[in-house]
Amino acid sequence: MVYTPDRSQYPAKKPDGTLDIDLASGKYLKLWQGPNHPGITGNMSVELTVCGDEVVAGKTHVGYLHRGFEKLMERRTFIQCFPIVCRICVPEPDFNEYCYAAAVEELAGIQVPVRANWIRTLILEMGRINSFMMYFGGQAGALGQGVIGQWTTYVRDLMLDRFEELTGARIYHMFILPGGVRDGLPEGFEQRMEETLREIESTMKDVYDVMFCNAVFKKRTVGVGVIDPSWIDAYGVTGPNARGAGVAKDVRKDQPYLVYPELDFEPVIGHDSDIFTRADVRRRDALASVDLIRQILAKMPRTGALMAEVPNVLHWKIPRGETYIRGECSRGEYGYYLVTDGSGYPRRVNVRGPSYTHAMALLERMIVNLNISDVAALMVSLHTYPPEIER
Amino acid sequence: MSMKPELLKRMVKGPDGVEFEVEPLRDYYCEAPPTVMPAAYSKIVEGLFNWARSESIWILGFGTGCGAIEMRPLMTPRFDAYRYGVQWRPTPRQANLFIISGYLSTKTLKRAIRSYEQMQNPKYVIGLGSCTVNGGMYWDSYNTIKRLDDYLPVDLYITGCMPRPEALLAGFEDLKKIIRAGKGEGANQYAERFDWYKANQKQVIHDWDMPDYNW
Amino acid sequence: MREIYDRLKHLFPLGELTEQRPDLAFVTLPAEFLRSALLHLRDQEGFTHLVLLTAVDWLEDGQFQLTYLLSNRTQARDIGLRVMIPRDAATMEGIHDVWPTAATYQRELREMFGIDFPGSPGVNDDFILEGWHDIPPYRRDFDTKKYAEENFSQRPGRATTDPAQHMKEQLYPGEA
Repeated sequence: MVYTPDRSQYPAKKPDGTLDIDLASGKYLKLWQGPNHPGITGNMSVELTVCGDEVVAGKTHVGYLHRGFEKLMERRTFIQCFPIVCRICVPEPDFNEYCYAAAVEELAGIQVPVRANWIRTLILEMGRINSFMMYFGGQAGALGQGVIGQWTTYVRDLMLDRFEELTGARIYHMFILPGGVRDGLPEGFEQRMEETLREIESTMKDVYDVMFCNAVFKKRTVGVGVIDPSWIDAYGVTGPNARGAGVAKDVRKDQPYLVYPELDFEPVIGHDSDIFTRADVRRRDALASVDLIRQILAKMPRTGALMAEVPNVLHWKIPRGETYIRGECSRGEYGYYLVTDGSGYPRRVNVRGPSYTHAMALLERMIVNLNISDVAALMVSLHTYPPEIER
Repeated sequence: MSMKPELLKRMVKGPDGVEFEVEPLRDYYCEAPPTVMPAAYSKIVEGLFNWARSESIWILGFGTGCGAIEMRPLMTPRFDAYRYGVQWRPTPRQANLFIISGYLSTKTLKRAIRSYEQMQNPKYVIGLGSCTVNGGMYWDSYNTIKRLDDYLPVDLYITGCMPRPEALLAGFEDLKKIIRAGKGEGANQYAERFDWYKANQKQVIHDWDMPDYNW
Repeated sequence: MREIYDRLKHLFPLGELTEQRPDLAFVTLPAEFLRSALLHLRDQEGFTHLVLLTAVDWLEDGQFQLTYLLSNRTQARDIGLRVMIPRDAATMEGIHDVWPTAATYQRELREMFGIDFPGSPGVNDDFILEGWHDIPPYRRDFDTKKYAEENFSQRPGRATTDPAQHMKEQLYPGEA
């Protein structure tokens, strides 16, 4: 006997495509999945209109973390901007530093030494792994599996120890500055990194066995939260969200930067485009990053300059110009648009975080017809970090 | 700024057909301002209560800013705040410590006030990071507050940007000493100087569409 | 990028081409031709991805520069279209029916710069700021430091460590 759902009570579609929801009729309830909520990745909120158990409309509210970075950077000289830039994206700060430094170097005409580029790539890949570890904890936790978060946060802590050896700080490294990097690798770094990578691989194996082979996880995530491939360009979807839909969008392969042309990897693609596929794409992506770190440590030059010749940073004026630098972070395409006007201050810095497109238009489109209990799982599977939406 | 339509006073028709008037800001919230919670009648009993409060600090799981990322490692076995009696609760009704983890934009301050006022006495506030002390690196930002203890009563500051998880654990130890000495009086201070705090909050939050006391 | 520019020059009145990198170029064009240029680039030239839509405030010229950055992934190229609009009563036609994601960018520009995009879904809703009653904050004539000092209570005791200030006090004490 096939179950045919009764859709007669479902709201009708208006001519412009949205649903005709009459709030005074008493059928609908407005819920705030607000900032103080365990089912939200960070500090943003989603205003849901539900009918029974099913969401008929959603609206994302951001702005809880707005500090006005782009305005603050107009008041700071180029070297003063560099410490605050990493705070734009809290869990994965290194991409901000790299994109800002690369944009300033391009407009100022500075050539970064080779060894600095290798160290920059190493840091970016380490940051990617950290971000993926945080993602697995959130994805499993949104569906009720708390143990994955314990394992992956531990492994992330081990990687933060490597960051601390290399850069001096756990979270905000302030290591990649315009002109190069601040320091080289300490003694014995490669051995400790290898131990950490082995720990990561063994944890990912456990995560695969416990999370991906779990019947409840599969039942709740397969077929849920599907991104249609035609939405990829219309909604500006990048990163594992797009690769889960079969589109091989990876900035490291399409427009290679730093030392990626010399490294050997393939973009990881899935085809079903549901939450399960995206989680699997990110798992394979994390393992690919582990392999990339091994390649980087093997091929990296051990001698060479770390910083290029930079003019006196207190009086650094960059000629008029504009540029856009992009990188592939764990969530998608991260970009910095920098405009200079010949003075010592940047004219305009615009940060394009991947969550800007994922969490607003795409989420509002995908959240219709979803069960309330899947809203958290969907938001985590788009891997949105609110600070980069409103900077 | 006009209020949201669901918060206005209006006539509503219930499911049984009866029409009645509803005024959300008055109907669902507490009308009286907060009162000071007096100490127990004897010092020994108060000392026992303070010891019990200090050994079971439950933190509200509201990551208001950057510092939320260094609170996650505390829930894992490596740093393990649970052995100190500290755990995270999702709802303010079950929490007695509110960690303001970093800067507060005015939008988050409104929600933080709402969550803080929903917590039950006795409650404590820790200001994490240098942004709660004097604005930190967002000292010239138009959207973040510069001085947390004008808006909420702060019992302890943990400085840093970010403070390490060990710094947070040391902060919990200091907070325990403060509570045991009977000095964890943030909630009573809030009740005594309620008008002053409310005036400061309203000066910064321009679209006040909540009741004055969100119990 | 030159070939694309030469092809487009026959169809639209373009300004100078600025080749920032071999794969990134910027070109200015008048506001009336923007929509047809975007549609041409998306449908004929393969620039299907709208990377960002942002504004730069050129206060001294009295203009806003709107930058539409498009990307062609298969040929790994980016092109930025610059549109200059006057600062007073700034308004521009929306492109949210070409790219639905542009609605978010347009909302942000309306709130932060005061550039209106009539018809864009939700363009007048509060996006990032709440209860904001001053001029749009990203404009260059908005002084954020002055606003912060006037509206938020500060903790006393902040001293400047500006080296120029320090040397001035050392060498010329007593001068204000």
